[in-house]
Parts: sequence; structure tokens; C-alpha cells
Amino acid sequence: MSRSATASLAALGVNPASELTSTTTDHATGRVLPVRGELAGLLPWGGLRRGSTVSVGGSTSLLLALLAGATADGCWAAVVGLPQVGVLAAAELGVSVQRLVLVPRPGADPGPVIAALLDGIDLVAVACPLPPSLARRLTARARQRRAVLIAFGAWPSPDVVLTAESVHWNPLYDGAETLRRQQISVRSGGRGEAGKPKHVVLTFGEEEIELPLVAGDPPASDEPADAGPDRVDELASRRATTRGRPA
Amino acid sequence: MKDTRLLAVWCPDWPVVAACTATGTSQHVPVAVLDGNEIVSTSAVARAEGIRRAMRKRLAESMCPELVTFEHDPQRDARFFEPVAAAVEELAPGIEVVQPGLVAVPARGPVGYFSSAEQAAERIVDHIAARTGTEAQVGMADSLFAATKAAHRNVIVPPNRTAEFLRPLGVHELDAPELVDLLRRLGLKTLGAFADVPENAVASRFGGPATRQHRLARGLPERPLDKRRPAPELAVTETFDEPVERIDSAAFAAKILSERLHEHLANRGLACTRLGIHARTEHDEELHRVWRAAEPLTPRGIADRVRWQLDGWLTRERLTSGIRTLTLEPVEVVNGTALQLGLWGHDDERAVRALLHVQGLLGPDGVLMPVLDGGRGPKEQVRLVPWGDERVPVHNPDHPWPGRLTRAPATLADDPAELKDANGDEVGVTGRLELTTRPKSIVVKGKAQEVTAWAGPWPVDERWWAPDPHRAARVQVQTRDEAFLLIRRDQRWFLEGVYD
Repeated sequence: MSRSATASLAALGVNPASELTSTTTDHATGRVLPVRGELAGLLPWGGLRRGSTVSVGGSTSLLLALLAGATADGCWAAVVGLPQVGVLAAAELGVSVQRLVLVPRPGADPGPVIAALLDGIDLVAVACPLPPSLARRLTARARQRRAVLIAFGAWPSPDVVLTAESVHWNPLYDGAETLRRQQISVRSGGRGEAGKPKHVVLTFGEEEIELPLVAGDPPASDEPADAGPDRVDELASRRATTRGRPA
Repeated sequence: MKDTRLLAVWCPDWPVVAACTATGTSQHVPVAVLDGNEIVSTSAVARAEGIRRAMRKRLAESMCPELVTFEHDPQRDARFFEPVAAAVEELAPGIEVVQPGLVAVPARGPVGYFSSAEQAAERIVDHIAARTGTEAQVGMADSLFAATKAAHRNVIVPPNRTAEFLRPLGVHELDAPELVDLLRRLGLKTLGAFADVPENAVASRFGGPATRQHRLARGLPERPLDKRRPAPELAVTETFDEPVERIDSAAFAAKILSERLHEHLANRGLACTRLGIHARTEHDEELHRVWRAAEPLTPRGIADRVRWQLDGWLTRERLTSGIRTLTLEPVEVVNGTALQLGLWGHDDERAVRALLHVQGLLGPDGVLMPVLDGGRGPKEQVRLVPWGDERVPVHNPDHPWPGRLTRAPATLADDPAELKDANGDEVGVTGRLELTTRPKSIVVKGKAQEVTAWAGPWPVDERWWAPDPHRAARVQVQTRDEAFLLIRRDQRWFLEGVYD
């Protein structure tokens, strides 16, 4: 099977409508971008709420995994200031790389670049250190443009903080094995609803790509968790044909 | 500009004509075709009663109680149009169907053959009437948009006079209601007034899609001319075990193949604007038709045209057997920054604008998109191309690549590293692809760690066995808390990635 087919099989957590309506009014009116099923439990809205800021630390795989569900569902993602990012690893984690954009060197004045991306890209991951005043302005911009700002590293008062405390792989027995399965121990915290600390061990690897992901009920409210009903059907049928085609 | 000169054949009120033909209704009674509650096409008799397009059904029926109405059916429109297209083709090879009711063909052929444009137009109209009993009008101009408008008026615009022809026409001739509304409010009531606005002002004031309409208003072709023919391997073909004879199975085949074609193109950052549909029947009859679209075709746009075409062939042509092989060939594709806006769907437009903005700030190379490629190492398998460039893999990613790793590192690197055994001696790789000793410690990023386990080595190219001192190999190295990918090149170790 081709790599792209594997990638599109992966990771499509759809959030149950209850997750949206059970939170505050503010959350109910917002939209939530889907994430890989394993990650849904870590996030207070079961996905990435538009307009929010999420700070990620300790693991590039965790950062990339956060982009998987939404890009596979038709959203765009940009990674800014991370020239060494492993795109192949991103694809293996389920990111649809045809909707992944890299801005490796945002230049001496990254503010306007990141602001421009927040205007039109659903998920913007920022990996370059910024002065706190600029960071706060970008947080406000993300909220206003209904984008999700993912800070790779420290960020002033994010909505959610995800910290990878350890990254472990299946043990290699001196040449007899190869790296296949990754376990990331993640602690989550943040403000408000996200304030309740959670601790989850995520497992990413070959087996998990085939596992059923958090399916959830179709959104019952008039506020779907993703692009809209037509779009979902189209994506689903495209996926079905990808799967059915001989490799 | 001569090459862009087009002849357009237009059948007025085609949805009404098709509906009347299908039901045996006389065209001398007032007829209207409705899309939901709204009138999309009327017969001349209905127009004489005051019935207009976009009118509500209830109002129309109160104005004209004897109005006969039909629900709009694009498939019916296409099915009954196929004989008309075939009739035009008999006189003018190389036709392209723009939509049911409208055919375009390079004017050079028929005009040369019939010695004058007027004669060519007359002959085509007569031939269509003789073959199908359908009324048609012909127009000629230097762009498809202008040729279509010329056909609506039954005029032949002389070469290089297209902009002049368009100038007095109203802006409502543009098929962009929001833009038309805006232009009118600004007092730009004719295409000429709109054409006089400088192009860069149009782009900044009205946004990207308006620049295309601006080109049309100036009498330029929809797209800058791009002579590049798409690579033949972009075509997709399906051979059916059961020959397709029924319309429902044709529709299914159309959908599957269309999605394949679209995915094929989208993966390369391309979209199709002219679609060739070829079919071969069990008895080796060959059928071929090109559809031309003003906008890059979406998967649904491709599927609709394929379905319509198959319907036309299956119901109108006298085929002796079912369709065995179906090929979709992108005859013209578009790519490039200027066309990105039209290339992606409506939902992607905001993203495209943002990326163009960032390219404006950083230059084209500042915004990169990955292409997954064939290869073994995590770097070879990803090629980064500037946003807007064609995204074509150089090597086939689906080929077997022995030595390809099961997992790629999330962070790439290219730093010197050290890998040592218990005695502090450097670990090497033998000509038989084995480590010389057990690695005990690793130094990466200036930090020494104890090696707990390793995997590999894997060859970096097929030439491992050749007596070549430049051969290279990879190993995965695990420490208590981390995992690394090392590569040995020129007898030295380098850190290639971190599995963080």
C-alpha cells in the first residue's frame, strides 16, 4: 500500500457532539478541529478548538501528531521556524502532507509572517522564540481569526499546555529489531477547563495506524466538528476508493 | 493571437430544448425549466409572456397560467446535446464541449475549409439543423468568453477587435454575481469601464478571482497561454470486466475514475481545465470527446462530465456493444501561483491567500510544500518545493526500497557524531554490512550517553557490495532516554535524525 494511503487511513478522531455542548457557551459556539483519537482525551474540547493556543513541549512527534487529524480532514497546517522537522515522520503519524506548509525561516521579523498565516491557515505551529509581547499579540490574532496556534516551546498563558515527559521506543535487541512503536508520556494542563491536570501515555506505531479511532456519534447539533456534511461525505468516499485500490 | 481564435456554437435555451425533445413537448407553447423554485431557462414563447430567468415559479405561473414547467436535469441536457456536438464535429474536428448547449472549436480549421468565416458559420448552422433539427447560432472571437458572447448575438468579431466588441457590453455578462454587484455600485457598468481599471488595482481591490474576470473583460484568454502538454502518464484508464451498457453502472464508473484522476492531479499540484474522455467498446468502436471548463474541474465536475458523456454515448449513439475501456486524459492542466486560487476548492481559498501573502513577505522560497518521494533515507524521501510549483515525485515512492527504515525521525539533523565501543575505539561498518564491535557510547550534540541497544546497519545505496570507499550505512541507536539515527559516510559518523 502506498504511503499516502497509509497516512489517510490513520488518525481521524471525530469529536462527539456532546464534547462540544457540554462545555461553556463559548465552546459550544466555536468549532473544534479533530485530532487523532488518542489525543482527544488530553484536550479539554476533545479536539483543537478554533481560536485557542496550545503549547507543546518535549517531543516533535507529539507536535506532528496534533496536526494529523485536522489535516487528514481537509484543514491546512503550517510549521514555522522548524527547518529540521521530519516530514516523513509527520506523514507516518497521519499528517496529510499535501496540506502541510513549511516556513522554515520566517526571517528577522516573524510577526507579520505568522500573523498572515493565522489569517488563512487552520493550524499554525510556531517553533521560533518570540518576545512575550509579540506572542500575546499573536494569541489574540489566532483568537480573532479562529485559527489554532500551536506553540512549540514556552508561550505566555496558553489555553492548553501539553508536555511530553518522556519518549520511549520499543527496545532494540542489538540489531535484531528496529524502531517501530513509540510511547510518549504526556502531561496536560492549562487554563479553565484545561486546568485539570491529566496524564496519558500515547502509543504511536504500526499497529496503532490500523486501530479504530475514537469514532463518536455524528454531530447532532447544527455545529459540526469539522468542515460540513458535504465535505465529510466527499472525504469519506475518497478514502474508501483509496483503500479499495490495489497497491 | 491568431491561435486563440475560437468559433463557438450556441444552442439558445438549451435546457428547454432538451426537456421538450425528451418529452415530445411542442416548443410553441410557453415552457420554463426550473431549478427548485427558480426559473433557469425559458422558451421564446414564454419570454414573450414576460417570463424571465431567476423568476420565482409562483410569480411565473400567475403571469402565464398555461406555462409548462420541467425540473432542471443537466444529464438530460447533456444526453440530447451529444448528437449536436457530433454534428459540429463532422464539419469542424477538434471540438470541445464547454457545457450542454455550447461547443467551442479553434476557428482556423472550419474557416480555412469554408473559405470565409461567414460561410463556415452558415454551413455549421445548416448542418446542425439538418442532422438534429436544432437551432444554433455561431460566434467567433479571440477568446472563449468573447466567442460565447458573440454566439449569443450571432456575430463574427474580426480578428484583434475582441476588446472593442466587449467594451459596450454590460458587466452582468460576467458570470460572477458578487463582483457584478460591486462593480455596478462603483459605477463601472460596462465591461470596457471594468477593463480600464489597471490590473494590479483589480487584484488588490477586488481580490484574486476578480483578476480572471478582468482578463475576460479585456478580451484576453481565461488563462495565460501555456503550451505545455500534460504528461501522458497523468491519464487514468479503467477496463471493465463487465462491459458498461447501463447508465447507472456508467455513473458509478465515472465517479471512481474521476476521483482517481483528481487525486492523481492534486498530488502534483495540478488541476484539469480540459478533459479528454475516450471510450472503447467491446467491438473496438472508439469514442472520443473533449470537455473544456472555464474553471479548474473539481472531482465532482469531472464526474459530471464523464457521466453526461457516457449517457450521451450509451443512449444516443448506436453502439453495437458495451463500453470496455474508459480513459480520462487531462488535455490541459493548470498550476502555478497565479492560478492557485482557482486550483483549490472554495474552502482552500483563504489558505491560498495567506500563503501568497507570506510569499510576498519572504519570497517564493520562503513557503515550502513537501512532496513524498521514493528513496531510503528520511531526507531523500521528502522533497521541499516552493508553494505554487508543481509537486511531482522524482522517484516512485511505491517502489520497493530495500534499506528503507520502518520509522522516520521527527527531527532531522546533519551533525558529526561519535559511536564508540567499550574501549573507547570508534565503531566501524564492515564490507559485509556488520558493525565492527558493540557500540557502548554515543556522542551527539556534544553530549555523551551510554548506548543501551542498536539496530542496523542498513545500506544507503545498492552499491554497498562494490569496492567503493564512499559507501554509507545507517544505524538506529538507543540510549536510556533517547533514540537516534546515525549515518556512516566516508568513514565517519553523522547524526541524521532524532526520534523525539
